[in-house]
Amino acid sequence: MPEGGHAASLAAQIGTWRQDSYVDGPIRAMAVATLFWGVVGFLMGVLIASQLAFPLLNLDLEWTTFGRLRPVHTSAVIFAFGGNALICTSLYVVQRTCRARLFGGEEMGWFLFAGYNFFIVMAALGYVLGVTQGKEYAEPEWYVDLWLTVVWVAYLVAFGGTILRREEPHIYVANWFYLAFIITIAMLHIGNNVALPLPGHAKSYGLASGVQDAMIQWWYGHNAVGFFLTAGFLGMMYYFIPKQAERPVYSYRLSIIHFWSLIFLYIWAGPHHLHYTALPDWAQTLGMVFSVMLWMPSWGGMINGLMTLSGAWDKLRTDPGLRFSVTAVGFYGMSTFEGPVMSVKAVNSLSHYTDWTIGHVHSGAMGWVGFITFGAMYWLVPRLWGRTELYSKKLAAWHFWVATLGIVLYITAMWVSGIMQGLMWRSYDELGFLQYSFVETVAAMHPYYVIRALGGVLYLSGALLMVYNLWRTVTAGTEEAPLTQPLPAAATVPAE
Amino acid sequence: MDLIALYPLLKTAWVVWFFVLFSFILFWVLRPGKRHAYQALADIPLRDEAPRPRQPQRSI
Repeated sequence: MPEGGHAASLAAQIGTWRQDSYVDGPIRAMAVATLFWGVVGFLMGVLIASQLAFPLLNLDLEWTTFGRLRPVHTSAVIFAFGGNALICTSLYVVQRTCRARLFGGEEMGWFLFAGYNFFIVMAALGYVLGVTQGKEYAEPEWYVDLWLTVVWVAYLVAFGGTILRREEPHIYVANWFYLAFIITIAMLHIGNNVALPLPGHAKSYGLASGVQDAMIQWWYGHNAVGFFLTAGFLGMMYYFIPKQAERPVYSYRLSIIHFWSLIFLYIWAGPHHLHYTALPDWAQTLGMVFSVMLWMPSWGGMINGLMTLSGAWDKLRTDPGLRFSVTAVGFYGMSTFEGPVMSVKAVNSLSHYTDWTIGHVHSGAMGWVGFITFGAMYWLVPRLWGRTELYSKKLAAWHFWVATLGIVLYITAMWVSGIMQGLMWRSYDELGFLQYSFVETVAAMHPYYVIRALGGVLYLSGALLMVYNLWRTVTAGTEEAPLTQPLPAAATVPAE
Repeated sequence: MDLIALYPLLKTAWVVWFFVLFSFILFWVLRPGKRHAYQALADIPLRDEAPRPRQPQRSI
């Protein structure tokens, strides 16, 4: 093995060659798509939240009713914003941590970008026009499902192929999480969308029916949470927090245990969506027990993410991107504590079908998924476009506080509204009659719906600040920047 | 012995197998003497970026 200066220069050359050969163009496009769909999704959220507070905003048009726009919102934030963020960061991370060019090259990257976003547009068009399977988070009809299957298999080939051609002997833990996300989503998507289309028609009928259909749906639905919104974004956490903090993850051992315990447990938690239904009691209890067990690996992962900052907490003062990422991990811990509590049957008998569930979902979606993505984007976008720093850290700080206030307004309003709603539903008078009619509960929730919409407006405003900030970052002058990066790879790249 | 008669045994065996598998993962990851090896693995994201002398404006 050559030593000293020769090794360093050789490693620098190899490193330069490798970096030049990374596929970055489609990843830049996906970063733009992430920001675009984020704004669209948050805007749709504000709109439908306002519709709940002021029904007049349904406009009396079939295309703009809450029922049709709600899946537009959920799909825009989960699959369009979250999906583009996951594909974007996973392709960035897998190339760097494997020190290998994307399998399939530029063409594969552009196919994934175009193919996935075509899926988003087709799905959204279906929702607005009333073409839907009516399965929550799996609304697209069979032709859109088939197209997504093609794109997803290509994604698996690209990601897996890059891992197979890696020069780094070990597969870094972030890639394990990303790979689990890709494989499990493929399985869930196919399992929950087995349907027979009417000949020559967009409409299809699912193969399963009744309680079996419900169980398959929530096997899909909860694992979309577990593997799309958790495992995928944990991959993001395990790469971007160490990069932002400039220190390795607190415990690599814990990250492996985090991974395997999530994999072993998450897939069984779905039945907690069907408590007190026709689902057999043992299956409900199974879902509850596994949900409670999930608390431990979730908090193990949270501790691992947070402790990565030990010795670098001061960076939170100066790096707004890291502030987003760390707060995201805090929200991850909070919502993965709340989830198991709500899965307990006794609690669920109060919380189920109420706004408490909506608040819980949004503390995870806005706090964990949104913030970890914002943190990653504040780090990634300047680097993808070759900029040394953000246009304005002050704007990013404003984004952080405005969005955090928005989340707090949202989830506290939904706690109060949801628990009130649940208590009103179960109130009896002295003669055993229900004390409140349904419409009385709706009227009582109005102030909280307004507060929730206001929280959404704040969250959207923050996202607009981010888009402006990143746009100015990218379009700023391309003056030569000083080399601030030390020579990290020089001593560690093995000579070949 | 047909499959239906075997079913309760297989069901239990499957749970035991998962328990053993997970226990083995725990043992394998936590076994002593691997601290430095794991530290080296944790450093992977921090040493993936080499300097770029030909395009210095893209080095951060």
